[in-house]
Amino acid sequence: MLPAFFILIGTHTFGLPFWLAAILGGVATLILLGLAFKKVMVDPMIHHGVLPLVIATIGLAILMKEAVREFYGADAWPFPALWATTDVTLFGAVFAVQSLLILATCIVVVGALQLFLAGTLTGRCMQAAAQNPAVARLLGIRVERMILYTFLINAALVWIAALLVTPIYLAKFTNGEILGLYAFIAALIGGFNQVRGAIVGGLLLGVIDNFCAVYVSSSYRMAVPLLVLIAVILVRPQGLLGRVEERTV
Amino acid sequence: MNTVLQVRDLRKSFGGIVAVDGVSFDVEESEILGIIGPNGSGKSTLFNCILGQLQPSAGDVRLDGRAVTGMRPCDLNRLGVSRTFQLLQIFPHLTVRANLILAGQEHQGSMLSRLVGRPDAGLSAAAERMLGFFRLEHLADEDAGGLSYGQQKLLDVAMAFMAGPRLALLDEPAGGVNPTMLANLRERLKAINAEHGSTFVVIEHNMEFVMALCDRILVLAEGRIIAQGTPAEVRSDPKVIEAYLGRG
Amino acid sequence: MGIGILALAGAFLLVAPLGLKPYGIFILSMWAVMTIAAIGLNLTLGYAGQISLAQAAFVGIGAYVTAWLTTKGAWPFWPTYALGFASCFAVGWILGYPALRVQHHYLAFVTLAFNTLVYLVFRNEEWLTNGIYGISNVPRPSLFGFSLKGGREFYYFCLANLVFVSLAAWWLIRSPWGRAFVAVRENPIRALSLGVDTRRYTLMAFAIGAGLGGISGALYAPLTQFVDPTPFALGLSLNLLLMVVLGGSGYFFGPFLGAIVAVLLPEWLRFAQGYYLMGYAVLVMVMMAFWPTGLLGLADRLLKK
Repeated sequence: MLPAFFILIGTHTFGLPFWLAAILGGVATLILLGLAFKKVMVDPMIHHGVLPLVIATIGLAILMKEAVREFYGADAWPFPALWATTDVTLFGAVFAVQSLLILATCIVVVGALQLFLAGTLTGRCMQAAAQNPAVARLLGIRVERMILYTFLINAALVWIAALLVTPIYLAKFTNGEILGLYAFIAALIGGFNQVRGAIVGGLLLGVIDNFCAVYVSSSYRMAVPLLVLIAVILVRPQGLLGRVEERTV
Repeated sequence: MNTVLQVRDLRKSFGGIVAVDGVSFDVEESEILGIIGPNGSGKSTLFNCILGQLQPSAGDVRLDGRAVTGMRPCDLNRLGVSRTFQLLQIFPHLTVRANLILAGQEHQGSMLSRLVGRPDAGLSAAAERMLGFFRLEHLADEDAGGLSYGQQKLLDVAMAFMAGPRLALLDEPAGGVNPTMLANLRERLKAINAEHGSTFVVIEHNMEFVMALCDRILVLAEGRIIAQGTPAEVRSDPKVIEAYLGRG
Repeated sequence: MGIGILALAGAFLLVAPLGLKPYGIFILSMWAVMTIAAIGLNLTLGYAGQISLAQAAFVGIGAYVTAWLTTKGAWPFWPTYALGFASCFAVGWILGYPALRVQHHYLAFVTLAFNTLVYLVFRNEEWLTNGIYGISNVPRPSLFGFSLKGGREFYYFCLANLVFVSLAAWWLIRSPWGRAFVAVRENPIRALSLGVDTRRYTLMAFAIGAGLGGISGALYAPLTQFVDPTPFALGLSLNLLLMVVLGGSGYFFGPFLGAIVAVLLPEWLRFAQGYYLMGYAVLVMVMMAFWPTGLLGLADRLLKK
């Protein structure tokens, strides 16, 4: 939600062309959601455990939502699409060009991420830092910096997602809640410690969601992903593709 | 003499790794049995299997002849088996007295009576006795988290004896305790054993402590018992020396 | 000093309605009702350490049970009050089972999902809940022949309920159960080895917390005299969680204070509108960063110095 509004601020308030606003919005997202979020919120709070952080994040969500409402109003804003909104016919089926391009972008981004994490030194250092910070530190990996990178990558992904999804859903101050919830559910279903897990989770969620739109009454459409979530958490808390982190008593 | 605890062919494996490999032994009434062995020899896993914290892969545990294999720790505790853990386990935000009362409260009355009755009366007196016995009276109303390490360790042990257990399993009671406190602890354990005839099983790394405390010692290596006997016998057993120092 | 503050607050609560307009009395009644729900959540989260994002669902169940039975069933109030508590107690007990398997953010998500499911049922099962149109004209009860129809009378009724619930919660916390709850929160493995049946106490903590949510709902329905699904969505659960944590989770008076910040202050600071919520959000973040034990935890630390 936030990146979309950064871009809107750029185009509306400062009259910038869309491409420039998009880039500036991306930079703002990186700085605010990546750097500032980590330095201001996560660093001081992580010592107190997970719960305060979760609650502070709820607070942050309220703050951003209210700020957007205050300065931009509660209306939905149209958001320029990146590509023409025409349809093409492929193999006898009609597709929106937009959807196809979103799919293509996703594949490219995911492929790049996977390559980065598995193929580069920095990527492997990040994985090491996530799995065992103490040992990673002994090996000379700058764990703090690696954690910062993950936050920056996360912010960049949010920015890409905002560019892709806002033309479809319009820019509205409540956008973040439901989409964020879906993203979290997808990651949980797939398994937290895997990029592939998040993809599988997301795909599964999308497929289930659309099947339900057809076969279950639309009023209960939202219930099904939640039931899947409960089932996955209770049966396989590590996620469908996640690895079990062994615990000793 | 009565056999309090009977362990037969106890086995526990994690994936492909066998941590406890067919251990059998008996513990007689009012005996103090020591279990020693190098790091990773399966001592704590053995405890956890006996106490239901882990489900053993195979084998049989009996308490006074009654099968208790894999029973939940809380049920086992109410049958009179208490324990301490290798790492300190107290409740830091409860007072020292509340820690002790908690350790005894589940042993009397029903769950409902613990809500509506006044079940603390007898326990307060017992907690007072325990505070006196372990010389913690002056700290009774402090939060347990504020005590020194050695004092917390004493509290940890005191909690294990609060309900007057038939059998107590102590996992490294001497770990990290300074020498003065150590002498105090050993003397207290001996006193409980002499006064109440309580039965102990003690895992310990501190050889001096274990040799002075125990009547009999088992030596564990790679999940098996490789030697047992009185402290003097064990000390001179070549297999024990080999297990600790490796093949010369 | 604590007793002084308590007496002062009590006196204020008794005389306040004499000088307030009907809307002010309504808000104060709402504070009492929400405090009851927050006390329940404080038992589950603050004492037993089990996070729950489903408290709003229980307030909703309690409210719907009372609203439905007193309007369509024409039942008297008290049986519906008892049934509101009992049904939430039972559902809360069942919701406790996931807590035996998972903790922390996983548990938060299971309870969150549960809350949303209950909300969907409220919204979609029109034959039962009248859907988005809600149930209106929920009657206010009378007590020993006294009618509680007036706003002021009903406020005192809510206040009496709050006192009753507080005393019950105080008794519970001081009993061996309260000690066992804290033991489950601080060190479940050690608690288990001391004979504490952690399963049963965890389920109890969930059930009792949910039951108090039900009582809160049973009062909410006759207070607003109108029950629809919207108030019982996830937002209220998050709000109740913030009340407990901001006031001081695990402190007896935490929910009282948290509910003041979350229910009363926004009304007094109405002129600030959106800025109030922003300020509230910043307060929450600052509190979590520097004093995660909440306002009472902070006061506790300042007094000890």
